[in-house]
Amino acid sequence: MIQISQNCIGCGKCVAACPFGALSLVNRKAVASNACTMCGACVSGCPVKALSLPATSTAKKDLSAYKGVWVFVEIGYDGHARFVRPVGFELLSKGRELADQLGEELCAVIIGSNTQPYYNEISQCGADKIYAVNAPVYHNYNTLAYANAMLTLIRKYNPSVVLFPSTYVGRDLSPRLASELFVGLTADCTDLSIQDGNLIQTRPAFGGNIMADIKCPDYRPQMATVRPNVFKKKPVAGKTAQVINETIAVPVEAGKVRIKETHFDPVSTQEKLDESPVVIAGGRGMKDAQGFAQLADLAKHLGGAVGASRAAIDMGLAPKEKQIGQSGVTISPKLYVACGISGAVQHTVGIERSEVIIAINKDANAPIFNVCKYGLVGDAKQILQKILEQFPQ
Amino acid sequence: MNIIVCLKQVPDSTQVKVDPKTGTLIRAGVPSILNPYDHFALEKALAIKAKTGAKITCLSMGPAQAVAVLRLALALGADEGILLSDRAFAGADTWATSYTLAGAIKKIGAYDLILCGQMAIDGDTAQTGPEMANQLRIPQITFCEQVDTNGAQVIVKKLIEGGHQILEADMPILLTMTMPADYAPKYPSFMAAHKAQEKPIHTWTAADIAADPHKIGLEGSPTRVSRIFPPAARAKGEVISGSAAELANKFIEILKKESIVK
Repeated sequence: MIQISQNCIGCGKCVAACPFGALSLVNRKAVASNACTMCGACVSGCPVKALSLPATSTAKKDLSAYKGVWVFVEIGYDGHARFVRPVGFELLSKGRELADQLGEELCAVIIGSNTQPYYNEISQCGADKIYAVNAPVYHNYNTLAYANAMLTLIRKYNPSVVLFPSTYVGRDLSPRLASELFVGLTADCTDLSIQDGNLIQTRPAFGGNIMADIKCPDYRPQMATVRPNVFKKKPVAGKTAQVINETIAVPVEAGKVRIKETHFDPVSTQEKLDESPVVIAGGRGMKDAQGFAQLADLAKHLGGAVGASRAAIDMGLAPKEKQIGQSGVTISPKLYVACGISGAVQHTVGIERSEVIIAINKDANAPIFNVCKYGLVGDAKQILQKILEQFPQ
Repeated sequence: MNIIVCLKQVPDSTQVKVDPKTGTLIRAGVPSILNPYDHFALEKALAIKAKTGAKITCLSMGPAQAVAVLRLALALGADEGILLSDRAFAGADTWATSYTLAGAIKKIGAYDLILCGQMAIDGDTAQTGPEMANQLRIPQITFCEQVDTNGAQVIVKKLIEGGHQILEADMPILLTMTMPADYAPKYPSFMAAHKAQEKPIHTWTAADIAADPHKIGLEGSPTRVSRIFPPAARAKGEVISGSAAELANKFIEILKKESIVK
């Protein structure tokens, strides 16, 4: 449980800060209940530093040997061609900023069967070095093969930071490494920065109601995953990364998992939420499938894609891949229309890069109205019906 | 065949409301449920049990009240429940949680298949499953939609970017399960729940699994929250009230003004 010293002045700031309702004031002193999860959310806001987490006795490692910002650059395949997933370039661009602040190198790690064609574009995103594990056995992603290659490289070169795309591959690989290395891993960060030599990993926390900065001051490397579209690719001119080829054998255990078939959805059904200029999304206020059919109609008229809030996904109104927000897709369309979405932080961090946001919600106090350019207060289903009547059938 | 299913008790996010003044979630009075991804994983384990007669052991880490998800699992057809509960586990991030769960699985001993939900809906990290597989030195397949087994191997359908793969794997293996959009969790009958009262549930502490005190709870967690803050506010826009017809006209007006339509 959180520790509360006699310095407590009973101001109550921690009571409001606790995401779990575990703190209360008794006789003008803060008291923690059994609901305390020791998350530490209350500690930094205490004006008299009366709150602290119990001291931990983890032996301090010498962290000075860990240097360099690494990005795991994933090679994608869409059934026709292989390519570097754009999120890799986005992470390299952010990684360049972090490396400059630390005064350290930016390195890309690429694993695959024919990695040379990508070196030029990786260089142009600011990489100083490329560690390449380039062999036919790495043609397809395999958890144990890729994990062994990454562990070998990390243990050989001791990077300070390793960033991964929050893709199916990145989310499969990174926790395996974090476990083995006994280091922290922060999922789906919405921002990254450097403070006192530590990587500050920002993400919505505690069910998505508030933002948290997370750090791992006593562990290296510091590892994080980031969703596509969160950072912008920023090419730098005239850079040529030094390529370091590494030969790493694949462990026998990798053969325990074998690919039998690979299928790709037809492109027409893979509506690209993150690339669409117009996105129409619905939340709990759309109530049912008929409400979502209205969204699809409007999206068709405006040449856009349909998305959904976390609440609508949980209600089964839309499939998981339509989720917009921190744990879903991050979007940056020209127009975003939020229908019946209240606007929890979990959602708004995924839409804040939109040019124009129109919100329709019957609750005039809904937080979504704090982030939109235009807010329409009313029942989203009724308003959508009237809007759809204005388009030719 | 022995199957272990990992379960987490979470707040029911479909019943969480947003405080209009602060924009924060109101947690008071929100009921706890079995994490839906875990519920789906449990149903997949039950389907394998129906086919092969496998034994299903369910494992959960949490406070004493988390026993409710184990009771539910037993009522649905699981055979045995283990609750990992100890104040020493508090403050655990995914590293310490996976170490603790893996410690319990090592104590259970015999297993062929470990099923987990892909993630918990109150944390969204999707890390604990793969971290556990590493602790146990077994392979993993994440984001699986379907699983079938012949007793020696599993055949799974797993999601990849833009499609899916069919994979074959030797056991023992850990799978994390995703669920279809239209998934509706099954609940037991009153009779089944009543009969399941006789099934065993054990509570294990840190000492029971011989956990290294440096690897559990806060002490075993590399991550630290350094600051909590409200999200940056955008400039507040124009908020308009009116009838549905008036607001629909306003919407079309906005589309023209912003050059979305002509």
